[in-house]
Amino acid sequence: MLKKTLLLVGLLCLFQFAQAKGGGDDKFEAKDFSELITHHIADSHGWEFFKGFTIPLPVILYTDKGLDIFMSSAIPHGDGKHEDIKKEGHKEGAKAHDGAITFEHGGNKYVYAHGHFALANGGHVMDFSITKNVASLFVSVALLFFVFFSVSKGYKKRAGKAPRGIQSFFEPIIIFVRDDIAKENIGPKYERFTPYLLTVFFFIWFNNMLGLLPGAANLTGNIAVTLVLSVITFVITTLSANKNYWAHIFTPPVPKLLYIILVPIEIIGMFTKPFSLMIRLFANITAGHIIMLSLFGLIFIFQSLAVGVVSTAFATFMNFLELLVAFIQAYVFTLLSASYFSTAVEEHHHDEAHAHAH
Amino acid sequence: MNLVTPDIGLIFWQGITFLVVLFILSRYAWKPIMKALRDREDSIQNALDEAATARKEVDELKKSQANMEEAARIEKDRILKEAKLIADKNLEEATTKASKIIGDAEEAAKQAIDKERQAAIADIKNQISTLSVQVAETLLKRELSDSNKQENLMQELINDLKVN
Repeated sequence: MLKKTLLLVGLLCLFQFAQAKGGGDDKFEAKDFSELITHHIADSHGWEFFKGFTIPLPVILYTDKGLDIFMSSAIPHGDGKHEDIKKEGHKEGAKAHDGAITFEHGGNKYVYAHGHFALANGGHVMDFSITKNVASLFVSVALLFFVFFSVSKGYKKRAGKAPRGIQSFFEPIIIFVRDDIAKENIGPKYERFTPYLLTVFFFIWFNNMLGLLPGAANLTGNIAVTLVLSVITFVITTLSANKNYWAHIFTPPVPKLLYIILVPIEIIGMFTKPFSLMIRLFANITAGHIIMLSLFGLIFIFQSLAVGVVSTAFATFMNFLELLVAFIQAYVFTLLSASYFSTAVEEHHHDEAHAHAH
Repeated sequence: MNLVTPDIGLIFWQGITFLVVLFILSRYAWKPIMKALRDREDSIQNALDEAATARKEVDELKKSQANMEEAARIEKDRILKEAKLIADKNLEEATTKASKIIGDAEEAAKQAIDKERQAAIADIKNQISTLSVQVAETLLKRELSDSNKQENLMQELINDLKVN
């Protein structure tokens, strides 16, 4: 029965798709939609929950003239969408060309386009705004503090007793990170890495989950965030590296002639590992968001009930999948970080084994 | 904002915030949590160890109790055996004594009886002799007329008496 229904719905979907292709006078072009998706996934200076309800956030710009701070609501017509720009008429005389808004604030003339600030005179501007992602970051941090201080308090209050409430929910996960990620990979020296691994695991997991909420920011799907996390992993790996780690890179157990090839590869490998961490988390989370938005986008592009049913059903399924992905990506990032730390502190006897072989 | 171009602002905020979170959580959450978990694991391990020790002690106690019971049983058996031996010996002694007393009594009785019989026999003999004398007297009174006859008779009578 279920199979038949799905087949029918699928056929209807195909039919609608063919019709839509043939029609050609859709109000919503796929091209517009890809822009909309990019807009939703990217960071922005205000936190838009839905059309017409945007929480203004502080914009902090650093120029030659120093810091310039104002609310995002002060930017004429917000986010620079086409329809907004057409209704021009701000007192500071903003002009629209190619989606850009020009306005003056704090003695600077800014050009605001595609979410980026530039100076009209070509000068340099650095944007340290509390954007949607930064605001979301603060929310997640508040949540992290609230949750783990509660858990920690639970241990203090019920010292030596069985865990309860929120404490008993997080205890198995904390033990999982400690035993199955840290201890399992790093070995006897796991203890000094556990605080970082726990922090990074819960940071990513919480933000992945928060990102799935409607109207929420796509923090862990932002390359700046994953960049910072992977750089920290890289720094910890490099700083805690022992001589075995460096010996493996600069004097690998191969004939000396191969050093010309192998040493550069090993050096590049030092950087590709955290780089892959950065890309993996960014791509997985962003892809999840794009899939969800695309599925909903299909409804507006085809403007058909059947597509709506299929898309919604599939998007619901995808949402459940994303809940799983949220956990898996946090796990993978933490696990790989732990394995990189383990290569840094491992006490293996590669060189001696090599010497004996000869 | 381009998807694959990291923004300096977000890098800045993320870097600072994450390091602060890392520091604060490490110090005020992970440290006490890890300590509490380790303490609890230790206490569980201790409890298990203690239980094992207690079980071993109980086993040993049981064993020593069994040993004591066995020793007590052996002692009891020994005492009983000894008591029985003593009782047997006493009984035997008593029996011997009793039988000796009985034997003595019997002997005494026998001797007394013998003595009595001898006395009786002697008495009878005396009486017989008296009677014989009387008979003889009577006969003598009657037969003494004929001295030969008297002598013959006398002889006969005496002979007869001897037979008896």
